[in-house]
Amino acid sequence: MQPYKILVVDDELSVRTALEGWFLEDGFKVDTAESAEETLKKIQPGSYDLILLDIKMSGMDGITLQKKIKDIDPQAIIIIITAYASVDTAVEALKLGAFDYVTKPFDPDDLSNLVGNALKQKELTTENIKLKEKISELSSIDEIVGDSIEMNRVFEMVQTVAETDSTVLIRGESGTGKELVARAIHSRSKRRYFPIVAVNCGAIPETLLESELFGHEKGAFTGAHYRRKGKIELAHGGTLFLDEIGDISSKMQVDLLRVLENKRFTRLGGDKEIQVDFRLICATNKNLEKLVEEEIFREDVYYRINVFTIFLPPLRERRADILPLALHFIKKCARSMGKAEKQISPQAEAILLTYPWPGNVRELENAIERAMVIGKHADVRLEDLPLRLNEQERLSERAISLSDVEKLHIEKIFKDTKGNITRAAGLLGIDRVTLYKKLKKHGIQRESF
Amino acid sequence: MNDHKKTVYLASINHAIPPYWQNMANDLGSAVNFAFPCIEIAIDLNLFYSEERGQYHSTLILSKILNRLPKNGEKIIGVTNVDIFVPILTFLFGEAQLGGKGAIVSTCRLHNEFYGLPQDDRLLYARTIKEVLHELGHLLDLVHCRDYECVMHSSTYVEDIDLKKPQFCPVCQSILTTD
Ligand SMILES: [Zn+2]
Ligand SMILES: [Zn+2]
Repeated sequence: MQPYKILVVDDELSVRTALEGWFLEDGFKVDTAESAEETLKKIQPGSYDLILLDIKMSGMDGITLQKKIKDIDPQAIIIIITAYASVDTAVEALKLGAFDYVTKPFDPDDLSNLVGNALKQKELTTENIKLKEKISELSSIDEIVGDSIEMNRVFEMVQTVAETDSTVLIRGESGTGKELVARAIHSRSKRRYFPIVAVNCGAIPETLLESELFGHEKGAFTGAHYRRKGKIELAHGGTLFLDEIGDISSKMQVDLLRVLENKRFTRLGGDKEIQVDFRLICATNKNLEKLVEEEIFREDVYYRINVFTIFLPPLRERRADILPLALHFIKKCARSMGKAEKQISPQAEAILLTYPWPGNVRELENAIERAMVIGKHADVRLEDLPLRLNEQERLSERAISLSDVEKLHIEKIFKDTKGNITRAAGLLGIDRVTLYKKLKKHGIQRESF
Repeated sequence: MNDHKKTVYLASINHAIPPYWQNMANDLGSAVNFAFPCIEIAIDLNLFYSEERGQYHSTLILSKILNRLPKNGEKIIGVTNVDIFVPILTFLFGEAQLGGKGAIVSTCRLHNEFYGLPQDDRLLYARTIKEVLHELGHLLDLVHCRDYECVMHSSTYVEDIDLKKPQFCPVCQSILTTD
């Protein structure tokens, strides 16, 4: 892609230098001119994509210069730079066809928005997007691990909903990976070239949440010395992910509803309405229906967000994913700690498979991480695991689910041997008849391997 | 195989880099394969203070920083904690000579307290790392990147910085390595 060419016209050297530096960093090709003559010498039809013109320069009438530029290059896009005192002149320039004006000194964000808008018509983003597409295909690593029937159902739903622009509600106990699912949806959607902005509504005090979401203008409240961009504004074009949506106050619910309905909002202490376009994904571990019944959560908000629901099962209900997840985390830890990957000892494996995992995937990840840090053996052992079980519970837990362990182990061997009965029986150290009996007992279909 | 790493001097201006950030050189080094020796420099910033703006002139400080580039040194990035500006803009997070030798980063507007929010040292550190990498990218001739997670994405708000990762995206990385 050719860089845009820009001409900065100003009689002050420091202004020319500053703007030249700014636009060079932004990837523009920059030219400067300090006088009307120099400007007119440089202008040819189509020679610049954008011209920044200081309207008040000594010994020069900016309005006349603007007219002359337009005579030579009628398509030229001109942005007027003006001092606060000369806004009237700037308005006159607008009438004569300038694109817009900016008052100095200007906010970097205002300048960048103004220039962005001016160039939008010329925008040639397709090339760039195609390049990005290739790279994201190459580097897309799936963070969600799981091969259970339950998780495959989740993946299917992610795929289906990602292609639409529908609001999504992700439900599940804490630690089940709701944010990963939100990110997976975003990264498969057409909005993936824009940000996904996550807000944990439960973790931010009510007083701060408002400014966090909506941003604020300078002077909106004590301590607000500067304008601040809120998360809603940051999510423009992309996805807004509101985690723990069940925790927001009824006032926030009302404010949020307004944004969802109108796709417009104002920063705190501001009066300008800002238009936004984002996809909303919410998540909660709360029973929203009960909260609606108790009138803690507004029914209208509930219907707004409850359009397409993905339920993430707790880890204890998809035990087939435990070992693949554990191995994934071992690999991840080993890589970040620069250590060798480890196997899991049979005793540790049995506990991992039977432990109830109240903290779900996050608890499993923490347990593995700790085991990798403190473990002194070549494999991950039972004593390395920081599970909150006393000995009695460990025993009873094991006793109750021994049959479960057997079933999972047989399934694992079957997967390894691709359903070959003779090899599986050999590896399990039992004869084929016993294996057939066990298959029947556990309802395992060997055809499915 | 050339095992001589390129060097970028990290200059703490008037103790702007606190002693407990001693891991900074390592953290920067893990994003880009450079050595980052830290030096402490003293600059009389009063010379560059603008009464009218209540801020310090970035480009002038940058020229002073360049004078402190050690002999045989290739590049230097100065870190200051005062609020910096150039005449036409209200503020800057940093300034660099594109493809040149020197850059400056200001931590002033990277503080949460600046926006009336509670102090957050970890966030401040993370933002500073990203801004140093960003200016380094400019010194290596990189211009702004469209990828909002790339450290070369242009940030005009501190919240934009928080969306970035402390690393170069594959496209920027590939430009760096082919040079
Ligand atoms: Zn930059
Ligand atoms: Zn990039």
